[in-house]
Amino acid sequence: MFQSIGEMMVLLLRTLQATPKLWREKHKVAEQLFEIGNASLLMACLLSLFIGGVIALQSGPLLAKYGLSGSIGGMVGVAMCKELAPVMMAVLIAGRIGSSMAAEIGSMRVYQEIDALRTMNINPIHYLVLPRVVAISVALPMLVVFSMLVGWVGGALVCASNEHIHITREAFFGSLRQIVEFKDVMNGVVKSFIFAVTIGVVSCTQGLQTIGGPRGIGRSVTKAVVNSIVMILLLDYFVTRFLMYFD
Amino acid sequence: MNGDANPSHQSVSVQVRGLRKSYGGTEVLHGIDLEVASGEIFVIMGPSGSGKSVLLRHIIGLEEPDAGDILIDGESILSEGVMDKHRMAMVFQSGALLNSLSVADNVGIYLREHRLKNSAEIDQIVREKLELLGLKGVEKKLPNELSGGMKKRVAIARALVIEPQLILYDEPTSELDPLIAVTIGQEILNLSRRIHVTSLVVTHDRDLAFGIADRIALMHEGRILAIGKPDEVKRNTDPLVQRFLTADFKPQLTEAV
Repeated sequence: MFQSIGEMMVLLLRTLQATPKLWREKHKVAEQLFEIGNASLLMACLLSLFIGGVIALQSGPLLAKYGLSGSIGGMVGVAMCKELAPVMMAVLIAGRIGSSMAAEIGSMRVYQEIDALRTMNINPIHYLVLPRVVAISVALPMLVVFSMLVGWVGGALVCASNEHIHITREAFFGSLRQIVEFKDVMNGVVKSFIFAVTIGVVSCTQGLQTIGGPRGIGRSVTKAVVNSIVMILLLDYFVTRFLMYFD
Repeated sequence: MNGDANPSHQSVSVQVRGLRKSYGGTEVLHGIDLEVASGEIFVIMGPSGSGKSVLLRHIIGLEEPDAGDILIDGESILSEGVMDKHRMAMVFQSGALLNSLSVADNVGIYLREHRLKNSAEIDQIVREKLELLGLKGVEKKLPNELSGGMKKRVAIARALVIEPQLILYDEPTSELDPLIAVTIGQEILNLSRRIHVTSLVVTHDRDLAFGIADRIALMHEGRILAIGKPDEVKRNTDPLVQRFLTADFKPQLTEAV
């Protein structure tokens, strides 16, 4: 485990060292961004709509019971911003994008494409890892902001349509505006950026370490997704603790 | 490995000295010594698993030796900057084309990634190299749309774009039918004569080896059994060498019961 973490740290450092060459790789970053958006936007929309709706559905009647239904908008808003949007989107991206990164790089390793790059003096970290880590680090925070907005809409729709909650859309968003602050949104964005770098580095490390044939690629994909999700959930606690100092 | 610093097209010599390599406690190279002269076609033959490809991977810098050294034009590849000083290319057994890129992008990748030419010049060079290897009109195809022989030729075209001083071929005729194998062998010979590149070919194809080699080394279980000109190797009396060189398929007739 410690060896894996060490290898990830080494790859992260090498990727950071390669960032001055980022401008040269802008087309690859754009390609990756398009792929991430294309693969995850619809799923993110659906997931966020239902997460926002379920929080409203679960907490609405309880708040109504204690006469606090007026603050449900704020509650859904803060939950989406600080926790649900960043964590759920990170898990989604680990599953959809992290797995495909590990599979693509893993198959390139197994079929000697990475060796071929090295013989041409093309650094695989510049060519493969940097564009992917940068693209995911840009895409995930954007996706998280999108997820927050959709989640709020989901919550508002459930509050307006459920007879046990009885909150109009205007009241929902009024409460949301009153309670949710810009720093709450930024809290989610910062978290998602850290998660994105983690997913990118974990998935690329697994891809680059792939050995064997198709079975090896499968193993790398599984490890990339599982390790990413474990890291996201562990980091979530520590990042949350850290960000509490700024509240 | 293929630096942009050295503009000369002169081929290079290769010296391997006492090269040793182990994987997981099993030694696969037991102190290899050999010399390849500048401009020579040097063929390394041997049965599968004899360490030929591992040796090639050391020469191109994909593996680090446990002991010994490799010198390119007299300079150790382990020294800082030596690999960047010389232009070297390798044609992999599988071709190792990037499957997500078109043929043209594969062939032009070295020039594009190192920003050595503009887009129009790269297109022109790619077309020239592909035509040189008898591949016309395949620029937009993906590697998985090509036959095995075409993939190998695209891989050679990609190597040529580097204008290498040393080309390493790993089993260039494996998985190819005899006609395509002859074409590939002819191409290796033509390229060596035309651009005077040093060629190091790893193969277990005896016809190819004796057809193109200036000198041949025969490897067995990580050791060199014989080395010399093709005729000298043929005359070698070592039983293992003779067994490898004369092995032939002889159907054994069984009596009907």
